[in-house]
Amino acid sequence: MPLERIRQDRTVQAVLGLLFGVAFGFLLQRGGVAEYGVIIGQLLLTDFTVAKVMLSAILVGMVGVHAMKAAGLVRLHVREGSVGSTVIGGLVFGVGFAVLGYCPGTAASAFGSGALDAAAGMAGIVIGAGIFARLYPALERSVLGRGKFPAETLPQLFGVSSWPVIAAVAAMIVGVLAALSMLGL
Amino acid sequence: MLDWLFAATWSPYIAGAGIGVLVWMTFLLSDRPLGVSTAYAKTAGMIEKAVSPKSAGSMPYYRQVTPVVDWQWTILVGVVIGGFVSSFAAGTLALLVVPPEFSAAFGPGTLFRLAVALAGGMIMGLGARWAGGCTSGHGISGTLQLSVASWVAVICFFAGGIVTAWLLFGFRFP
Repeated sequence: MPLERIRQDRTVQAVLGLLFGVAFGFLLQRGGVAEYGVIIGQLLLTDFTVAKVMLSAILVGMVGVHAMKAAGLVRLHVREGSVGSTVIGGLVFGVGFAVLGYCPGTAASAFGSGALDAAAGMAGIVIGAGIFARLYPALERSVLGRGKFPAETLPQLFGVSSWPVIAAVAAMIVGVLAALSMLGL
Repeated sequence: MLDWLFAATWSPYIAGAGIGVLVWMTFLLSDRPLGVSTAYAKTAGMIEKAVSPKSAGSMPYYRQVTPVVDWQWTILVGVVIGGFVSSFAAGTLALLVVPPEFSAAFGPGTLFRLAVALAGGMIMGLGARWAGGCTSGHGISGTLQLSVASWVAVICFFAGGIVTAWLLFGFRFP
């Protein structure tokens, strides 16, 4: 099966990674989210560009990925989370997000478009990741596994099949986007 | 006819939908979700390996996140190139150190902005690896797979971010 050969060829994959990255960086920049003011504006709830981009991506991606899964073309890659890992790490991330004013993807895209403060941010992210790697054995023993979530996916959590959840999430996204538009945000 | 290719910005809905289609492609052709924060950890591992190959080899984290040039690393290089190509084509490419919104609130100091960005990046890099993903890996790729951890993560990203931005900017944001 040619698809399997593409997926297993390391050189092809390294090139594909580069190409997917170019497309992602392009879309982030052109979508307007590789800008400090837009990201801080989202966190201050005055500019909803970030939410619009993310929710549109989730809506389109969700339907397509689950349709391909139903057709047997792809499999999901979901990892279990926990309070000790997901919640604590997520809150730490959020603090850094507001201090830097970019996220790991938008920092790289912003750097490409000439924002040198984003390059300093990227260096910081590397250092922060290195600090985590040093702390990892101790964190793994102590906090990361605390309060494991009861399920990996929302359908498992609610004990239903995927499609009703997809329909509900899609309706919620369309509702939020419509509400933002009606409020003029 | 190709005006859209050179437009300064696209509708956020179009850009978002494009990212959604991009995730279809990463699943189909690479059997992976789209995510970039692993690349930063790999880079940290590469530096660790260059400085001290022995200590890098003994660190359990780098046995999981191997410090090698592969899909998860080249994607980050691509994102930088993509940002360059997009801004160049749109004519918005411009060198900048202190964003105007930062300058308005905290002053025009170049070194100060770079130090704040470095510190913010360090906190974010730590958090991204702690939570197992970032705004792309959890925030888009994970949530669209209906991952419980990713929905919790993205709520925490924005909760932490909104509270911190409020503390930093108060009502001063222009």
